[in-house]
Amino acid sequence: MDFTVGILLTTFLTSVLALFVFIASMAKGLFGSGGAAAVQIFDDGEMGTVEDPAATRAQRGSLQRAMDPGQHAARTSVDVAIRQRADQSSSLVVGVCLTLSVLWLVLASLAGLISSIKLHSPDWWVGMEWLTFGRIRPIHLNLVAYGWCSMAGIGVALWLIPRLLKTELVGARWALLGGALWTVGVVAGTVAIATGHSDGLEWLEYPWQADIPMVVGGALVGFPMWLTLLRRKVDHLYVSVWYIAAALLWFPILFLIANWPDLHFGVQQATMNWWYGHNVLGLWFTPLALAASYYFIPKVLGKPIHSYNLSLLGFWSLAFFYSQVGGHHLIGGPVPSWLITISIVQSMMMVVPVVAVAINQHLTVLGNFRALLYSPTLRFIVLGGMMYTAASVQGSLQALRSVNTVTHFTHYTVAHAHLGLYGFFTMVMFGAIYFIMPRVMKWEWPYPWMISAHFWLVVAGFGIYFVGLSFGGWYQGLAMLDKDIPFMDSVRLTLPYLQARSVGGALMTLGHLVFAVHFFMMGWKFGPRRLGAALLRPPVLLPGVGRGVGA
Amino acid sequence: MSAGVGRFEMDELRLVVGAMVILSGATALLVVLPYMLLKDEPPPPGLKPYTAQQLKGRQVYIANGCVYCHSQQPRDIAQAPDAQRGWGRAPVAGDYAYDTPHLLGTMRTGPDLLNIGARQPSRDWHLGHLYQPRAYTPGSTMPPYPFLFDVRQGAAQAGETVVTLPPAWSRPGQVVVARPEALALVDYLIALDRTYPALPPMPPLTKATP
Repeated sequence: MDFTVGILLTTFLTSVLALFVFIASMAKGLFGSGGAAAVQIFDDGEMGTVEDPAATRAQRGSLQRAMDPGQHAARTSVDVAIRQRADQSSSLVVGVCLTLSVLWLVLASLAGLISSIKLHSPDWWVGMEWLTFGRIRPIHLNLVAYGWCSMAGIGVALWLIPRLLKTELVGARWALLGGALWTVGVVAGTVAIATGHSDGLEWLEYPWQADIPMVVGGALVGFPMWLTLLRRKVDHLYVSVWYIAAALLWFPILFLIANWPDLHFGVQQATMNWWYGHNVLGLWFTPLALAASYYFIPKVLGKPIHSYNLSLLGFWSLAFFYSQVGGHHLIGGPVPSWLITISIVQSMMMVVPVVAVAINQHLTVLGNFRALLYSPTLRFIVLGGMMYTAASVQGSLQALRSVNTVTHFTHYTVAHAHLGLYGFFTMVMFGAIYFIMPRVMKWEWPYPWMISAHFWLVVAGFGIYFVGLSFGGWYQGLAMLDKDIPFMDSVRLTLPYLQARSVGGALMTLGHLVFAVHFFMMGWKFGPRRLGAALLRPPVLLPGVGRGVGA
Repeated sequence: MSAGVGRFEMDELRLVVGAMVILSGATALLVVLPYMLLKDEPPPPGLKPYTAQQLKGRQVYIANGCVYCHSQQPRDIAQAPDAQRGWGRAPVAGDYAYDTPHLLGTMRTGPDLLNIGARQPSRDWHLGHLYQPRAYTPGSTMPPYPFLFDVRQGAAQAGETVVTLPPAWSRPGQVVVARPEALALVDYLIALDRTYPALPPMPPLTKATP
């Protein structure tokens, strides 16, 4: 087929050409002085000073000693005041977004746990329509995606923007309005699924009436960012800004095209469905979490990321390759084969941005693993970063026809999806929230043991979840491919793995409850410890601990 | 590298333009091109449009999320033994000419259903199976759908469809009546039959003269 050959060749040549342009421009250093932009997140004299508001005073001391024992924070009072005002300017809208996200997280976890139990105990709780598996499962997915993940991502992004641009957030009320509209959309969409008014497409279940406030709200939360960008006081845009800006631009467009009523049809709708389904991960959630990890890892450690120019390559190649991988969800389906081939090729090309991010994040942390002992923020975010690498490599391999033939249509894919959105995204958000909330509330996390409990519960729970479901799904796939094994056997053999998943899911849910209780205790300024206006405090030397605790 | 500053430095404009160009490219490939290619794809001659009742049943299928466990896209025999399981031939785009929203599915917790109507044409079986799957398929993990049925003591009224359950699962004096949603859903399931040939028959070969 001439058309097929033509389109494959064009895509291939464009990709290779783009890659060469990148390599050439990198070699010539055309991206500008990476060093200056990389240290943009630090004030003068701040480098070498650790920052983790989630750590206890003792932990902070140990963290500082582990990183740079000789460092005396020497920021000017002007810089301290600028950051303090930046944090203050976003605190209301960030506090609201993160509070909503935690509520959604709890509800979403419960919906997920119920779905999980129903998969191995089908006669449990069957009387109520809205609790049937086919409704509570999409409720879980949508609450996770549009409730917890999106709200947390928006909150974290809005908090990062003024810090990254060293400017007060302008027009926070637009984001508040946007967040409110978004929430209306999520509530309406969830009720629609529960009452049987789903659109029927995975990731796009919310009917268009519920989508309108989400598109408008999604665009509105981007407003303050653009307004603040116009008044920025920094010369260079730090890598996190690109990710946030692009994500806030991409999402409303994706969501609008995907949900346009009466536009898509039949098989074309299926390709659109997975164009959206993968882009919402690649162009919405992933950039938000990468933006957070590109800020928090160097910030906590007090040292810039390993290679700034590499992050540029990572950004553009992520955008280019990730946006075309959706077709690999339809391998073996009734869709044009060129489309699937492009998606498989670009899935493999995803190795480029993943390696760029992996080198940057892991090499920044490498040699400083002791910091993970002391910094709660870092513990979550570094683990999340590792899961990103793992999920991405796994995803690339899963797109290969030979692997996909086994894993398609099985629980293996579900495990993979959770490695990305939970192991990576959610972990990074946990870390970010632990960092941000003390600044928003001007109150320390009351019980550090609850942070540890949260961490170990979700790590243990997710470990059981992922390992169990991956093996179960793989065996299920092999059984389905063997024509001599009756289909029912592929159902039966998954049961113990599905039960293990419920155990893991229960532990994760328990961890989230601990997190939520702790979050609201802090919200009500509960507990014995008070940080007070730590933000205002000029750098001090603590006797015995000895190092600066800057804002 | 001061020479390059300004030319390749990331600023707002380059960011927005680059992000939009890339998204447009991906959208053109994965959304617009399939749209143009498939827009005028004719339905195969053997495919009949759904009736109003079947479409109602399709809505029940969507509302209750059957798609989360059942695909509607058998794979080619070269890739998987779907045809040998009786799930049917590999479908073509035209097979879905009347399928909006699409229900291709991504999961096979249960079997593929694109040809369930050909494989299992019995209304009684489907009604009973929706009421209690384990009465028909031991070990099945499909949920029962009691809310699609009325269960009462005594006899059914005229015009009602009574579900006949296997003896082990029926209770004396109790009657299970299918609600309209259940009847519509079964009508849809029975209509799922793409066993006609995917391509129109070849024109007869003309004998070449020796």
